[in-house]
Amino acid sequence: MDGEGSERAEAGWARGRFDGTALVVTLGGRWTLANARSLEATLARLETGGSKAMTLDMTKVAAIDSAGAWLLHRQILRWQEAGSEISLANASHAQTALLARMAIEGSERRPLARPALGALRELAIRTGEATVDFAAEAHALVSFVGAVATTWVRALRRPGRVRLVSTVHHIESIGIDALPIMGLLAFLIGVVLAFQGADQLRQYGAEVFTINLLGVSVLREIGVLITAIMVAGRTGSAFAAEIGTMKVNQEVDAMRTLGLDPMETLVLPRLIALAIALPMLVFYADAMALAGGAVMVIVGLDLSLAQFFEQLAGAVTLPTFAIGLIKAPVFAVLIGMVACYEGLKVAGSAESVGIHTTRSVVKSIFLVIVFDAGFSILFSRLGI
Amino acid sequence: MTAPVIRVRGLVTRFGGQTVHDGLDLDVRRGEILAIVGGSGSGKSVLLRTILGLKRPDGGMIEVLGKNLSDLDDDARRPVLRRMGVLFQDGALFSARTVAQNIRLPFTEHTDLDHRLVTQLIRVKLAMVGLPQEAGAKIPAELSGGMRKRAGLARAIALDPDVLFLDEPTAGLDPIGAAKFDELIRDLQRSLSLSVVMITHDVDTLCAIADRIAVLLDKKMVVGTLDEIRAYPHPWVQEYFSGPRGRAAQAGHDMQAGRKDD
Repeated sequence: MDGEGSERAEAGWARGRFDGTALVVTLGGRWTLANARSLEATLARLETGGSKAMTLDMTKVAAIDSAGAWLLHRQILRWQEAGSEISLANASHAQTALLARMAIEGSERRPLARPALGALRELAIRTGEATVDFAAEAHALVSFVGAVATTWVRALRRPGRVRLVSTVHHIESIGIDALPIMGLLAFLIGVVLAFQGADQLRQYGAEVFTINLLGVSVLREIGVLITAIMVAGRTGSAFAAEIGTMKVNQEVDAMRTLGLDPMETLVLPRLIALAIALPMLVFYADAMALAGGAVMVIVGLDLSLAQFFEQLAGAVTLPTFAIGLIKAPVFAVLIGMVACYEGLKVAGSAESVGIHTTRSVVKSIFLVIVFDAGFSILFSRLGI
Repeated sequence: MTAPVIRVRGLVTRFGGQTVHDGLDLDVRRGEILAIVGGSGSGKSVLLRTILGLKRPDGGMIEVLGKNLSDLDDDARRPVLRRMGVLFQDGALFSARTVAQNIRLPFTEHTDLDHRLVTQLIRVKLAMVGLPQEAGAKIPAELSGGMRKRAGLARAIALDPDVLFLDEPTAGLDPIGAAKFDELIRDLQRSLSLSVVMITHDVDTLCAIADRIAVLLDKKMVVGTLDEIRAYPHPWVQEYFSGPRGRAAQAGHDMQAGRKDD
């Protein structure tokens, strides 16, 4: 067995010697990748004296691999271009075969990378591509919404076709599995809100209104927003990655050939599950945030639990609570649609799964906030 | 002659309560093509993964190029890994990179050659595996299955390994493509003096290029030449070679051998 040491010790070498009119170059040592650098230098240093006939004697070559063979071949080509006749002597069968493999036809020397364009042309091309992509994307999204809607209608007409088991499974993973993290998050937000609120309101001696601030902001906005953002990150990404991986594995194609509609089997159960689980999660998050706020208020402001509830009941009306909750199913459908849409758009590679998963999270959080702003305007116009 | 490039002694592999290999021995000699065959689920791929150090053996020892991989730390393992090349089933090319970048990766990882020389060597490897030069600029998704295998092979032989591992090299290729791939492996093995370990289901491949055959039977290995294995009195082996596919491949092989004798 050849150790690493002997490989370095016996780097390839080449020695020239004039034999009458011809130059005989004796090659020896290890002509391998590990010695490529020194071989390159050795060959460049070799004095040929512009000899017209050269013989390469391979007798002493201990080992040659394709890197060594390439370096030798490249040098032979250079010598030939300079007008020398090259012949091989004492080459083994394997060595000759390997050297013969090095010939790459000149006409086949195509670029290994795509040709670089000028910066300006690149910019123009990219702008154009982005515009076309944007239009195609808008078109695809609209048709996806349409496809989901028709699937909904079909499902309503034949409720038996809704995948019940799958839906329940998703409700578990979206809702029940998220309870610990969602509860902790909401509780802490309640604590922070109450703490900051009390701090500011104390300046006016109106600490007790901390409870009003807490109740209204949590029930109307914060509870549902935090839950939706959390679900977009936790569940939306999972949906996109799941469906995306299934696309890469051709599972979605397999479904279609088996006569299963991916809309019905993949998208609909997830959407229904989200629409059921998210409002429940919002309710839970509301309760936990109020609990967090209550702890803060009772400890920090020295109020009793009864006083807390009394103040809260005065501040919060049923519409406040309902406004928060009514937004939940809308956000659920938004998150689910974006996640499934991005999942189904995955094509080809693992990289694509990553891109679309990220996109699904960013897009759904963006849409949730845009729609929340829309709701605010709507409700203020309606005077609620 | 020289010591075997791979020496497996008493290998035990378990998955949960199930024993896949139980005291398995195997030698791979320098410069041979060894084919590993066995029924589905007999643990061929697991054996390959274990030899490559991707899975720890549950017992026994494995020596690759004279070194026991599970004894080595990461730094000591790198030079050994560099001398092994692997072609995974579907090429396992990195999908986000072009073919040329895929082949370049082992060079940048293990050598300090300048960019131009590496580019030239990439061209040589592409030519060696029979890919057109323009395939270098493509990403794996743009290639056909056969071309992906060739590209994977080019990456596997990038650093001129001592041992080449092939996991079902001809699976998914049409018979003509498979025969060409066999020929390519034989050719490369000769000109680069490789030792080749390949897992295969393809009886044609066995007959065409394998020097020795290792059959995974009842958690152990039976090794021999084609004729020795064919004479081995185990029902699985008999069915394997005397089934319709086995017979056809054998007939073709005998015919070729006869032609050579003329």
